[in-house]
Amino acid sequence: MTQLWDFSGGIHPDENKHLSTARPIEQPSLPDRLILPLQQHIGAPAETCVSVGERVLKGQVIATVTDAIGVPVHAPTSGTIEAISMHPVPHPSGMSDQCIILVPDGLDEWTERDAIADYHSMDRDAILERIRDYGVAGLGGAGFPTNIKLRPPRDRKVSTLILNGAECEPYITADDMTMRERADEIVSGLRIMAWILRPERCVIAIEDNKPEAIKAVKKATENTRTEVVVIPTRYPSGGEKQLIQILTGMEVPSGGIPADIGVMCQNTGTAIAVSRAIHRGEPLISRVTTITGRALSNPGTYDVLLGTPIEHLLAQAGVDKQQLNRLILGGPMMGYTLETPGIPVVKTTNCVIAATAEELPAPPPEQPCIRCGMCAEACPMELLPQQLFWHSRAGELEKAEHLNLFDCIECGVCSYVCPSSIPLVQYYRAAKGEIRVQQAEHLKADRARERFEARQARLEREQQEKEQRKKDRAKAAAEAQAKKQAETEIAEAGGQPADDRAAKSTLVEEALARKKAKAAAKTANEATSPNTAVADAAPLDLEALEKQLSQATAKLNTMQSMLEDAKAESADNVEKLERAVAKNHDRVKRAEQALAEARN
Amino acid sequence: MALAQQSSPHTRRARSTSNVMLWVMLATLPGLLAQVVFFGWGNLINVLWCIALAVGAEAAMLRLRKRPVMFFLRDNTAALTGLLLGLSLPPLAPFWVSAVAVLAAIILAKQLYGGLGSNPFNPAMVGYALVLISFPVAMTTNWAAPGLFGDSAPGFWETLRIIAAGQQSTVDAFTMATPLDYYKHNISSQTATEVLQHPSFGEGIAKGWEWVNAGFLAGGAVLLWMRLITWHIPVSLLAGLAIMSLAFGSNPDLYAPLSMHLLAGGTMLGAFFIATDPVSAATSHQGKLIYGAGIGVLIYLIRTWGAYPDAVAFGVLLMNFAVPFIDYYTPPRTYGHRKPRRGLPGRNQG
Repeated sequence: MTQLWDFSGGIHPDENKHLSTARPIEQPSLPDRLILPLQQHIGAPAETCVSVGERVLKGQVIATVTDAIGVPVHAPTSGTIEAISMHPVPHPSGMSDQCIILVPDGLDEWTERDAIADYHSMDRDAILERIRDYGVAGLGGAGFPTNIKLRPPRDRKVSTLILNGAECEPYITADDMTMRERADEIVSGLRIMAWILRPERCVIAIEDNKPEAIKAVKKATENTRTEVVVIPTRYPSGGEKQLIQILTGMEVPSGGIPADIGVMCQNTGTAIAVSRAIHRGEPLISRVTTITGRALSNPGTYDVLLGTPIEHLLAQAGVDKQQLNRLILGGPMMGYTLETPGIPVVKTTNCVIAATAEELPAPPPEQPCIRCGMCAEACPMELLPQQLFWHSRAGELEKAEHLNLFDCIECGVCSYVCPSSIPLVQYYRAAKGEIRVQQAEHLKADRARERFEARQARLEREQQEKEQRKKDRAKAAAEAQAKKQAETEIAEAGGQPADDRAAKSTLVEEALARKKAKAAAKTANEATSPNTAVADAAPLDLEALEKQLSQATAKLNTMQSMLEDAKAESADNVEKLERAVAKNHDRVKRAEQALAEARN
Repeated sequence: MALAQQSSPHTRRARSTSNVMLWVMLATLPGLLAQVVFFGWGNLINVLWCIALAVGAEAAMLRLRKRPVMFFLRDNTAALTGLLLGLSLPPLAPFWVSAVAVLAAIILAKQLYGGLGSNPFNPAMVGYALVLISFPVAMTTNWAAPGLFGDSAPGFWETLRIIAAGQQSTVDAFTMATPLDYYKHNISSQTATEVLQHPSFGEGIAKGWEWVNAGFLAGGAVLLWMRLITWHIPVSLLAGLAIMSLAFGSNPDLYAPLSMHLLAGGTMLGAFFIATDPVSAATSHQGKLIYGAGIGVLIYLIRTWGAYPDAVAFGVLLMNFAVPFIDYYTPPRTYGHRKPRRGLPGRNQG
C-alpha cells in the first residue's frame, strides 16, 4: 500500500457521473463542418499553411507554429478547406478567433503515417520534437504543449511522474471511460514519457469512485513498476497541487512548478496522444469528451474529432432544446457557460454539460457575508476566502494580494459551501484581473518614464557634442586667423625682430594700428567704395555670422521641441527649458542683428 | 434558445444562512427546556417576547434603511439575537428591560453598523451589557433565578403578570441571587461548606444551573457535529477559564471552584452560542483559539476580581475589540508557502 497524505478542505458534491458511463465510448457521426481554431491552448497561435479550396488528408498539417511554444494543427479528417475566418471559439468571454473551416469529404483518407518502431534507439530530443510536430498538448487542463512540459529546466530532475486519473469533478467521465477501455495505450504512453524523463517512480492516481477504471489500469500495469494508487474521492483531489500533496506529502512552492520539487503530472488522455504519435504516427486529431446533462436523452462519452461543433454532439446525444437551460463547457465546479452551441471541441474540451433548470438551478440572491468560515474550512489552498472577499470587494487589492490571492486555484469550493450564496470565485477573478491591469499600467508607466529619461539624456549629450564641436571649430578658426595675420604682419614688417618679446609687442602694436586704420578706412570708404579695404574681410565675417545664426536657430528649435515634450509629459524641468528657450531666442535675435549689420 | 450565463461553480450546497441560523436556534432548545424546568416560565416568555421585538425592530430598521425587508428577515439572524437575549436575561426581568436590551442590540449594535455581517460587536451582548450596567443588582438578584421550592414557584400566568407589570423589586418572594453572585459575596466571611448550605446551590453544584449548562453543552455538541461551528472557540474558551481557575482559584474557601465556573452562570451558553457568533469573532483557526481563550480568561478575571458576578458579555465584547488585530496576525499558512503572511501588506513578507 502506498502511503497517502491528506490535503486541506475539499468537498463531496453530487457526482452525477453515472449519467455518462452506461455505454462504452462512442464514435459520433461526421459533422458537416469542422471548425479548427488556430489557437487551442496556451502559447502562440498556429499559422495557416493551406489555402481555401485546397483538399487536405486526414492527419495533414494545416497550421504550423514556428515559435518555440505552441503545436501545429492537423486535419481531423480528409476534406476541403472551406474558409479561414473568424468564428466563436471556446472561451469564457464568448469571443471569436481565426479558425480553419474544413468540410469533410466522408472518405476519411489518411495522409502517410510513419510509426516509430523503436523509439529507444532515437534521440530524446527527436522524440520531443515529434511529440510537438504531432500536435500533442495537455488534454487535462490548460493544454500546455506536452513537449515543453516534458523538458523541465535543466536543474530540475523529475523523480516522480504522476498520471492524473483522479477526475474529481462531478459529471466528467472522459478519463474514467478512457482508462476503462484504453488502459494499455495509457501505459504505453506513460512508458514513453518515463523514458524521456527517467523518473524513479511512476504513479497512476485514480479516485476510488472508479472501480472499473482501477481494475483495467491495474491489469495493464501488471508486472511493471508503475504504481496504481487509489485515492479517496474528494473534490479537488485531481487538482495538480492537491494530487501532488496526496501522493508525496510535498507542496508545490507558491509561484513555482511541480518540477521544482521533482514531480510532474500528466493527464491520462495526453499519455494516449503521446503513444499514438510515436507508435502509430497519428497526430492528435480527436479526444474523448463527455457529453452529459439531464437535457439529453442519450448522454455518454464520445471519441470526438477536434473541431466538431458542440451542437452536432448535442444532437447525437438527443438534446431536448425546451429543457436545455445552461450549457457548460467543463465540469460544474470550474467550467464556464457557453453563449452558443456552435463552438467546436478543442484539445482541452473534456466535458459538455447540457443542464436543465432543475438540475443546476440559478443561484439564490447573494446575502451578506457572516464570516461563518465555512469557505476557509473547505479551501484546499488554506486561504481565508472570506477575508479575500472583503478586501476584493472593498478594492483593497494590496491586502488581498497579501493574503495570497494569487495562490487561489479557482476550484470553486468556497462558493459551493457559502451559505450566503456569494459568488466568491467571481470576486477573486475580478480582483486578479484588476491587479494584472494595474501591474501592466505600472509597467507601461515605468517604460514611458525610462524612455523619456533616455531621450532626455540623448538630447543633452548631442547638445554637448554639438557645442564641443562648435567650440573646437571656433578655436581652430581663431588660431588659423591669428597665425595668418601674424605671418602677413611679419612679412610686412620686413625684418627680423631682435627678440621674440619685442617682436610680439611690435606685432601687437602694429596689429592695433592696422585695426584702427582699417576702421578709419572702413568709415571713409563706406559711402564711396565698398570693394576696397572691407571687401576682403566682409565675406569671412558674413559666413561666420550666418553659421552662428543657423546654429542658434537650430538650437532654439531643439530647445523648443524639448520644451514641448517636457510640457506634454509635465516633467519637472519645464521651467529650466523655458529659460533656455528664451535665452536661445535672444541669441538668434542678436545673430540676426549682427548679420544684418554685417550685410549693410 | 437563450442559454443561462453564470460564473462557476454551477452547483452549490443547499445549506443557506437562514438554514444555519435556524439550526443554531433549534440547538438552544435543550438549554431552554432546562431553564423552564428549573427556573420557571420566565425565560420562555422572555424568549418569545425578545424574538418578536427583535424581528419587529429589524423590519422597521430595514424599512428606514430602504433595504428589502423580507429578504433580510428570512435570514433568521434577528430572531436568533432575540432568542439569545431571552435566554441570557434573568427570568423575571420586566418586559421593558428586555425591550431596552433587544432594541439596543438590533438598532444600535446591528443595523446602525450596516446590518448583518457588518457589526463589530456581538449585538445580543451589547444589549445585555447595557441593561446589566444599568441595573446591576436587579439583574443578578431581584429578577434572577426564582427558587423552585415547591408551591412557591409562580405559574405561567403569574410569571407573565410579573414580567408585564414591569416592577423593579416586587418579586423578592421568588427570587434570589445567582449562585455565582452568592458565592462571590459570601466566601470572604464563610467557608466553602457554609456557603454551599445556601439553597441556591441545591444538591449538586448550583441548583438547576448545571442542567441548564448541560443543555447548552448538548446543543453545542449538535452544532459541532453538524459542522455549523468549529471546536476552536468553545474549547479554547472553556480551557482558558479552566486554566485560570486551576491556577488562581484552587482553594474553594477563597474562590469559586472550577465546577462552579463551568456549570453555574452563562458559561456554556456563552461558549457555544454567543462567542461563536461568526460575524464578530476571529476568523482563522489560530485566531479563534486566541479569541476564545481571551474570553475565557476575561470571564475568570471579571468574575473573580471584578464588580460583576458573571462576565460572558464583557468577555465577548472586549475580545470583539481585539478581533481585527487578531485577524491580521493569525492568517493560516497557505499551501506552497513556508510561513503565514502576518500583519499588513509591505511588512513581514513570508
